[in-house]
Amino acid sequence: MTGAQLPVRLSINGLVVEAAAEATLLQAIRSAGLQVPTLCHLDGLTPVGACRLCLVVIEGHPKLEPACVTAVADGMVVHTHTPELDTYRRMAVELFFAEGNHVCAVCVANGACELQAVAVEVGMDHSRFPYQYPRREVDASHPLFSLDHHRCILCTRCVRVCDEIEAAHVWDVGYRGSSCSIIAGLDQPWGEVAACTNCGKCVDVCPTGALFRKEDGSGEKQPHPERAQQLVEARTEHHWHNQ
Amino acid sequence: MTLATPPKLRFATVWLAGCSGCHMSFLDLDEWLFELAERVEIVYSPVASDIKVFPEGVDLCLVEGAVANADNRELALQLRARSKVVVSFGDCAVSANVPGMRNLWAGVEGGSRQSVLERGYVELADTGAQHPHAPGIVPELLERVLPLHELIPVDHFLPGCPPSAERIRTFLEALLRGEAPPMEGPAMLGFG
Repeated sequence: MTGAQLPVRLSINGLVVEAAAEATLLQAIRSAGLQVPTLCHLDGLTPVGACRLCLVVIEGHPKLEPACVTAVADGMVVHTHTPELDTYRRMAVELFFAEGNHVCAVCVANGACELQAVAVEVGMDHSRFPYQYPRREVDASHPLFSLDHHRCILCTRCVRVCDEIEAAHVWDVGYRGSSCSIIAGLDQPWGEVAACTNCGKCVDVCPTGALFRKEDGSGEKQPHPERAQQLVEARTEHHWHNQ
Repeated sequence: MTLATPPKLRFATVWLAGCSGCHMSFLDLDEWLFELAERVEIVYSPVASDIKVFPEGVDLCLVEGAVANADNRELALQLRARSKVVVSFGDCAVSANVPGMRNLWAGVEGGSRQSVLERGYVELADTGAQHPHAPGIVPELLERVLPLHELIPVDHFLPGCPPSAERIRTFLEALLRGEAPPMEGPAMLGFG
């Protein structure tokens, strides 16, 4: 049989939710008006399950599952908030703060940062993990934009938007473990990568102050994460948001 | 006629390595400070008393700033020993914040202390470039700047750079009622 499959029914936090058979669990959760925090997920981009904030309990599964890369199934019984999940989510956010150099007070994204907002959402009032103070680089070689690796959480939104929507594939992930970082081109200074079209989509979708416009000072960044989904809709449905 | 009044809560505020912005935000409580003054006795504070030695028997102590030098360290240990409830007051106390940024230089030659002094007092000096050196007067910098809770046990965390006056008031009102402060949501949480 071809064509759309029948929708599935699943239970999320005791609510019976109907979802398209090809939907992800995160889509089903949000379509039911429920919330789980996310950082790497962005509507319009392929999900990757990198940040681990959308982990949920699925009854019968031996481990927690990231909702963004888990397909819905008929009869699935899901819990998005349990004491265990709340604890793990707060730990994950504290680890983000501890493993980078996130100084909100002097950041371009102060007040418009998804990491800062998710810390509030999970109830973080301090980090129980000691700060690592990794010594990282700032790449200011591009004429319009800069990349401050201290503020990067490796969500890979920039990698995906550049590859999937701009089709330039300037960004990649290089190195391993605590040395892991976003790289431009063949690990070159960004300004030397000829493939970059200067479109700024990576800056628009970056959840923190890692990617920013050079003219932006503290608290001046105005991110536009919605643009990824708008461009996808424009191409697939010929619906342009500026018309 | 005399009425028995309950003993006032002994209240202190301390300024370690911070910009004093949290204390300025505290002063932004404006007329509510009169209400606070009726409920507490201010026994030590850089903005509300002239007492130089941290006293014994403090009930509640707000601590602004990170632990960055030998004096900060000594005062932090002292206030912990002499206070029932210690609060990390603002982002510098909570996370080391901007004062902690020199920790990035911990791994370079000379370490963070030498690097920050060299940058601040020699490389950027217009005239009279020299390292500050006055033993017993200018406290020595610690090699690593610490959030308060990495040195002493902390009972409550009040983030913000600075925490707004409204956030401080909600926090203190809860403590004065003997309740746990309602630390959730954007009104009470949030760095920066």
